Amino acid sequence: MQRSASYSILFAAVVCLVCAVFVSVSAVSLRERQNENAYLDKQRNVLIAAGLANDDEKLTTEDIQTRFAPIKSVVVDLATGDELRGVDPQTFDQRKNSLDPETSRAPGKNPAGVQRVPNRALVYRLEDGDAELALLILPIEGKGLWSTLYGFIALDADLDTIKGITFYEHKETPGLGGEVDNPKWKALWTGRRAFGEDNEPRIAVIRGRAGPASEDPYRVDGLAGATMTSRGVGRLVRFWLGDDGFGAYLNTLRRAEVKS
Amino acid sequence: MFESYLDIAIKAIFIENMALAFFLGMCSFIAVSRKVETAIGLGSAVIFVLTVTVPINNLVYAYLLKPGALAWLSPSLAEQDLTFLGFLTYIGTIAAIVQIVEMVLDRFFPALYTALGVFLPLIAVNCAILGASLFMVERNYNLGESLVYGFGSGTGWALAIVALAGIRERLRYNHIPAGLRGLGITFLLTGLMAMGFMAFAGIQL
Amino acid sequence: MANPAREALIDPLFNNNPIAFQVLGICSALAVTTKMDTAVVMSIAVIAVLTASNFFVSLIRNQIPTNIRIIVQLTIIASLVIVTDQVLKAYVFEISKQLSVFVGLIITNCIIMGRAEAFAMQNPPVVSIVDGIGNGLGYALILLLTAAIREIFGSGNFFGIPVLPLASEGGWYIPNGLLVLSPGAFFIIGFFIWILRTWKPDQVEAE
Repeated sequence: MQRSASYSILFAAVVCLVCAVFVSVSAVSLRERQNENAYLDKQRNVLIAAGLANDDEKLTTEDIQTRFAPIKSVVVDLATGDELRGVDPQTFDQRKNSLDPETSRAPGKNPAGVQRVPNRALVYRLEDGDAELALLILPIEGKGLWSTLYGFIALDADLDTIKGITFYEHKETPGLGGEVDNPKWKALWTGRRAFGEDNEPRIAVIRGRAGPASEDPYRVDGLAGATMTSRGVGRLVRFWLGDDGFGAYLNTLRRAEVKS
Repeated sequence: MFESYLDIAIKAIFIENMALAFFLGMCSFIAVSRKVETAIGLGSAVIFVLTVTVPINNLVYAYLLKPGALAWLSPSLAEQDLTFLGFLTYIGTIAAIVQIVEMVLDRFFPALYTALGVFLPLIAVNCAILGASLFMVERNYNLGESLVYGFGSGTGWALAIVALAGIRERLRYNHIPAGLRGLGITFLLTGLMAMGFMAFAGIQL
Repeated sequence: MANPAREALIDPLFNNNPIAFQVLGICSALAVTTKMDTAVVMSIAVIAVLTASNFFVSLIRNQIPTNIRIIVQLTIIASLVIVTDQVLKAYVFEISKQLSVFVGLIITNCIIMGRAEAFAMQNPPVVSIVDGIGNGLGYALILLLTAAIREIFGSGNFFGIPVLPLASEGGWYIPNGLLVLSPGAFFIIGFFIWILRTWKPDQVEAE
């Protein structure tokens, strides 16, 4: 049906307006819920990495809050490795800091494809009765195949044995790279060792089989059919455990341990 | 800097081929690969559309959508995050560009226009085109990189479809079981080509 | 109205299947069929968006100027998909995380655009809704069958529940890795088409 040009323009404008309203209303009204879901999901994942919750457990908001209570959030300075107890972890937004050139830096070309590293990061510490570190949970991120994966890795008190790993956000192919979410694969990480003798990150994700953690502590099986994602995971873990990431902070903690 | 552009281009053409590694743009890929001529035509159209849309969408994202992007309009808008409108705006620019391509082809290359038929407007919904823009946002490319990436991914897709058309033309004189003729054998062929391209997956540049 | 409606519903299952005959909607059929649960959610999402888009396009079909009809259809489809994405993220967060970028790619699922252009633009709203449901079901059929084969024989599970004991866990079944990779999906769909066309020879293409 041919119409005049002004009719076309008017029609287009009306359709755009209606659709924009429709979309914006749904986005804005659902935003609160989505943010809450995302926040709770993040907390849940910290718990899963730390081994305080299982993937298939259905947790209510109260459950998550109760289990999260003993975990302390601390902001650390990545360059110096110091804990910044004066900075409020509740209002600290690590991702926003990463995007702002004033509060972040570019690490240069790296295998993990990390483009910006924030100057400060938020870590989680589970402390035992004597305020000694029992578990350290670090945020990690890096490139997979389709997307950037965001997750947590938990280290035992020896700062070497991996307690657990989990990814709370990624857009990898469901069934292939997406299997980073499979609890059976995540369980392969528990008990492996992250660092070699010289405190350099040594843990790697390989093609083919790795032995059990006691015999083959530095290698994890890759995901079948997901070479790029698996490789990405190995690289991003090594990046954040290395000097560009939490290396300085881990050294600070190791020196403190030696002293005590 | 030149190497990083070359790097992006080679990756986009071979290692991360839009059609054979990411399986994007499959509908037109399978349907328009009967003859090499039409495949070349569609491939060229896709290269053009991608080379133009990815950089434009890059500008749209940088100056309109991303958190803080609207600061140039007025400082009070610096807090706005319009990324949720991403799909709509990228598709909008893509549809506009495709409409223009359609008009150009109709006026200057009418034979190609008829041969492509309904698959010309379907370039707008070719997942490869939208996919390339989404990847560009995900990987934070700048304008120059977006241009190279658009051109590279288009070339990769075009390469794949022309190769498939070449094989299909040859197959015309083979005895293929009736049920597999046409669509069925194309699926099996594409599967084999995809397996071949998986060999590139291990290459590090 | 019973006959055209019935035809619109049943035809796309075997006679005019969107994937196996119309050659539409293939990208997602390859990508999300590695597991049953993602295939199910994707099918539901596509049926919902397809039905709604057919309805809205059909409603305003006589008012849309020809020269901007593609963009208008796209705008409607994109808006519906964004809203679907928002709703998934708000109410079934876990599943939306699994589907991630593929929800957005529903916009470019050629079935939706193809039916809007080929059917909804020429037919009244009620039968357009039925056509949407019919094509959505035809799409879902191929998706679910492919996903079933890929998940059961590719990883030994069905909806995540082990059905074939894997050799790696003490059983006897060695999973066929090729089925989990995308070329496997191409082969499976290729064979489906062969079977379908042997059953219904009128779909066979001329020499």
